[in-house]
Amino acid sequence: MELYALTAHELSEKLIRREVSAREVTQSVLGRIASTEERVHAYVTVTESIALAQADAVDAARASGESVSPLAGIPIALKDNLCTTGIETTCSSKILRGFVPPYSATVVEKLEASGSVFIGKANLDEFAMGSSTENSAFGASHNPWDIGTVPGGSSGGSTAAVAAGEAIWAIGSDTGGSIRQPAAFCGVVGLKPTYGRVSRYGLIAFASSLDQIGPVTKDVRDAALLMNLISGHDSRDSTSIVRDVPDYTRALTGGVKGLKLGVPKEYFAQGVSPEVSASVRTAIDTLVSLGAIAEEISLPHSEYALPTYYILAPAEASSNLARYDGVRFGHRTARATNHVDLFEKSREEGFGPEVKQRIMIGTYALSAGYYDAFYLKAQKVRTLIKRDFDLAFEKYDAIIAPTAPTVAFKLGEVSDPLAMKLNDVLTIPANMAGIPAISLPCGFSDGLPIGLQLMAPNFGEETLFQIAYAYEQATRWHLGRAQL
Amino acid sequence: MAEQLTFDQVSRVAFLARLELSAGEKTRLTTDLNGIISQFERLQELDTDGVPPTSHSLPLQNVFREDVVLPSLSREAATANATEKRDGNFIVPQIMED
Repeated sequence: MELYALTAHELSEKLIRREVSAREVTQSVLGRIASTEERVHAYVTVTESIALAQADAVDAARASGESVSPLAGIPIALKDNLCTTGIETTCSSKILRGFVPPYSATVVEKLEASGSVFIGKANLDEFAMGSSTENSAFGASHNPWDIGTVPGGSSGGSTAAVAAGEAIWAIGSDTGGSIRQPAAFCGVVGLKPTYGRVSRYGLIAFASSLDQIGPVTKDVRDAALLMNLISGHDSRDSTSIVRDVPDYTRALTGGVKGLKLGVPKEYFAQGVSPEVSASVRTAIDTLVSLGAIAEEISLPHSEYALPTYYILAPAEASSNLARYDGVRFGHRTARATNHVDLFEKSREEGFGPEVKQRIMIGTYALSAGYYDAFYLKAQKVRTLIKRDFDLAFEKYDAIIAPTAPTVAFKLGEVSDPLAMKLNDVLTIPANMAGIPAISLPCGFSDGLPIGLQLMAPNFGEETLFQIAYAYEQATRWHLGRAQL
Repeated sequence: MAEQLTFDQVSRVAFLARLELSAGEKTRLTTDLNGIISQFERLQELDTDGVPPTSHSLPLQNVFREDVVLPSLSREAATANATEKRDGNFIVPQIMED
């Protein structure tokens, strides 16, 4: 198999044994980009010269016997909403075109310190608002399994890059499903960690109480390894939690005997395709055959998660996006005659339609006279959604369900914003509750991947890795590679 | 049902959000926003009397750190991305009369 098609843990072994160099791995990935990126469009920016310089530095360090991370030299794609010192960071928005951050996200610093090779900045829906990566100001990304379909979103560039072999692994961000849904669509593994597990410093904010950074990988072991690199408290993010980071690979035992899984009936309701339901039910049977116990449960407030999200996410976004004023960074209009004009015209020219719509919803929901009816009400419903999970986790170790109601749809097929948001109906509840959730491949329908979702209590990442790894070992879905 | 948003209300929200929208955009957003706000209505089905709001999923409050000076961006780095700047300052249109 070509180097670009391998996992990070496979490449790590070869790098440590000096069978391959970081430069060779990086060149393999860059070569793959040269042959497939025109069709996939996973990247906003490919940072070839930076990647090769980083790879050479790792090779030199290994050759001189310096102590380097076992994962040094692995090419990674970074979602383009993560600030990278000296590398343009656009959020796939015209308003940030040309923005070169003067600092790096904490996650980026951690990856740099472990010898990561930054292969490029991955495409996303503008400001991470969307479920298809069609809302990028710089053009849509395509699903490597069928380039006529979307990769999902908003981290569709990250998941498409990994599925296409245009990166070994990647970083995404998840506000309402933006790592898990595209991971499901692209047949890769994606984890939204517990809120507070990974520092958000340097992640360009969308909805601060929901956003979380996480890994996109080809298998579960890689997801555990990448979590080892990026997790932990950061004094620059006051919402990150002071708590030791375990070695997540220790959870990869292969066993699930006696673990109790809740199967929420609401996650198999109307709107979930029969093929998706059937694949997930088969996956549950597989886990039961391995010794897990599965029982149907109810999370009765699930159906209210989407309307709650409609209020909370735009409200937080309208506040976070107020910083784009044309003065300090980002697009500045050439037509301003006074300061209000400067703000209004810079924002009008710089933001795309989806972003404007969400700013408008959020501004309305927070405006005088509507706060109690909308924002406060939604925060109370958020409590009810969270309580559903608290109650379920008193009896169950994890919850198992589909990640998305369907497989990937065709580009341009879903134009109604309300229909688009239905993609996130099964992923939003975990963001509301803050709990960790993972998506991993569990089958195909019409040649397109299906995602299995596992959710665990706060800081239950190890439980997710344990179950996901046991399932992966019993199946072969993670071994498939998109043919391009 | 909540009242339907009018074109004029959308114009006012656009002003609050500092977005100079065209008439066409306002017309489209009036329809879109009413569609989305109608979804909010479903939350009114739920009795939330006595339910505390959740603003944040973990019980964190008042996170403090020592009040010490840490390194920060240089003036040059902090203004590097501004389109209009002079002597380490951001340039904005005149706000007060001479």
